[in-house]
Amino acid sequence: MQLTSKQSIASALALASCSLLSQQASAAEPIPATDDWKVDAAIMYYGEQDRVQAAEAIGNVQKAFGDSSLLDLKIVVDSLTGASASGAVAQSDSQTFTRPSGDGQYTVATGDTPLDDTFHDTRVQLSANWQEVLNQDWTGNIGVYGSKEFDYLSMGINGGLERSFNKNNTTLSLSGAFTNDVVDPVGGRPVAMSEMVFRGNYANDADYQAAFDQTRLADDDTKQTSDIMFGVTQIINRNWLMQANYGLSSVSGYMTDPYKILSEVDVNGQTQAYRYENRPDSRLKHSVFLLTKGALDSGVVDFSYRYSTDDWEIQSHTLETHYRYYFSPSMYGQLHLRYYQQQAAEFYQPFLMSGDAIPEYASADYRIGDMTAYTIGLKFGQRLSGGHELSYRIEYYQQNPENNGTEIPGQLQNYDLFPAVKAIVAQVSYSF
Amino acid sequence: MTKAFYQPFAKAAVALAIVSSLVGCSSLGVQPWGKDQLARADMALNSEKLDLALDDHIYFSKEGTSGGRSLAGGGCGCN
Repeated sequence: MQLTSKQSIASALALASCSLLSQQASAAEPIPATDDWKVDAAIMYYGEQDRVQAAEAIGNVQKAFGDSSLLDLKIVVDSLTGASASGAVAQSDSQTFTRPSGDGQYTVATGDTPLDDTFHDTRVQLSANWQEVLNQDWTGNIGVYGSKEFDYLSMGINGGLERSFNKNNTTLSLSGAFTNDVVDPVGGRPVAMSEMVFRGNYANDADYQAAFDQTRLADDDTKQTSDIMFGVTQIINRNWLMQANYGLSSVSGYMTDPYKILSEVDVNGQTQAYRYENRPDSRLKHSVFLLTKGALDSGVVDFSYRYSTDDWEIQSHTLETHYRYYFSPSMYGQLHLRYYQQQAAEFYQPFLMSGDAIPEYASADYRIGDMTAYTIGLKFGQRLSGGHELSYRIEYYQQNPENNGTEIPGQLQNYDLFPAVKAIVAQVSYSF
Repeated sequence: MTKAFYQPFAKAAVALAIVSSLVGCSSLGVQPWGKDQLARADMALNSEKLDLALDDHIYFSKEGTSGGRSLAGGGCGCN
């Protein structure tokens, strides 16, 4: 549109502002007008090729009390089995590892990426949130959170305030959370960078146990996380809105993965020892999240970008989109695409070199190494009578870990030290 | 400072004045056609909150960074 005079500017603005300013804010979840219950439930399967398999059930109950109060209760139960990369590198001979508990060993075949198949865990998570519309402009919320698995307990509180401006076209939010986690690993916390011991190197069980105990610390440990997030939601026009968030997260305490190790190799790439990893006990993270969402004639689309950086020097970029198309008023299909790219933590290294000084911090966990990942997903939903909805989702997720620039010595060149991880997600959801 | 430098600011001030005057008229009532699209349930930012929660848990467990969309919530000893 060409704007040639102040009058045409005024006309355009009048038109734009009438559509802009007459909107009701829909950025926050609309509170049901009646004292209705709303239930969302889903079961999900997550399966990695040859690795972790998980099943997760999630239920969310929402109850409105009048027009101003909303209670939200959520329960999650998940069960995990299978194998996870230990951090050790493949070798031209089979490798034997002591289990994290110290009780028993497992063997990895020649050329295979070492996977620890010890994992079997069940987790239960409960959370409750209360949202209160305080007046025309202000909304507050407060919540509690708890998650328990065999070796881990997490408890948290959170709260937030939202203020609407500009006829509910602009919403500013400030929220915060504090979480306290207790880590009590199977077999105890390993002594940082200590060397794995093997039953075969000791004359009897007592000597072995004494040596194993030397690699372990007594008691559990804790981790505290403080989060603060500032957000802006802005209605752009009749069909589009956008959201921008800045998040700051400060973590202190035990962040080492007690089950991860590093191989210590010589110049030929031959493993000489395995050492338990160690990570710093503080981490300060920043994130910026931008989202735009549009109501289309026959669907909905959103695009988002997230930038994350921290003082471990992990940086990431995430691009994501969901596109929903309504085949009919009661049936839709949805495409989900996600691309993730991550730069390694400064202390990440795929292995240690024997002869070098042992670093204070080191981890070979590919999850904090250089990596790209992508997700492609499809979802189909069907609206049933009485406001019920049934949906199915299937997604493919692939991680492609990459070398962070480490020179690969000797026999290690024969193996893929950064194997792709391929996973399928399948989910059925029901809402009523 | 030249007139050319001030001109855009003057236009902006006029535009702001017009917008401000329109705020009053638009607050008289919500037009039915005005809120329909953004008020759709599928336009809520957390319209698929279970999917988002499940996705967050997967990516939190498998990647080095997390959160951003909302507060990251609690931790877990994920492998």
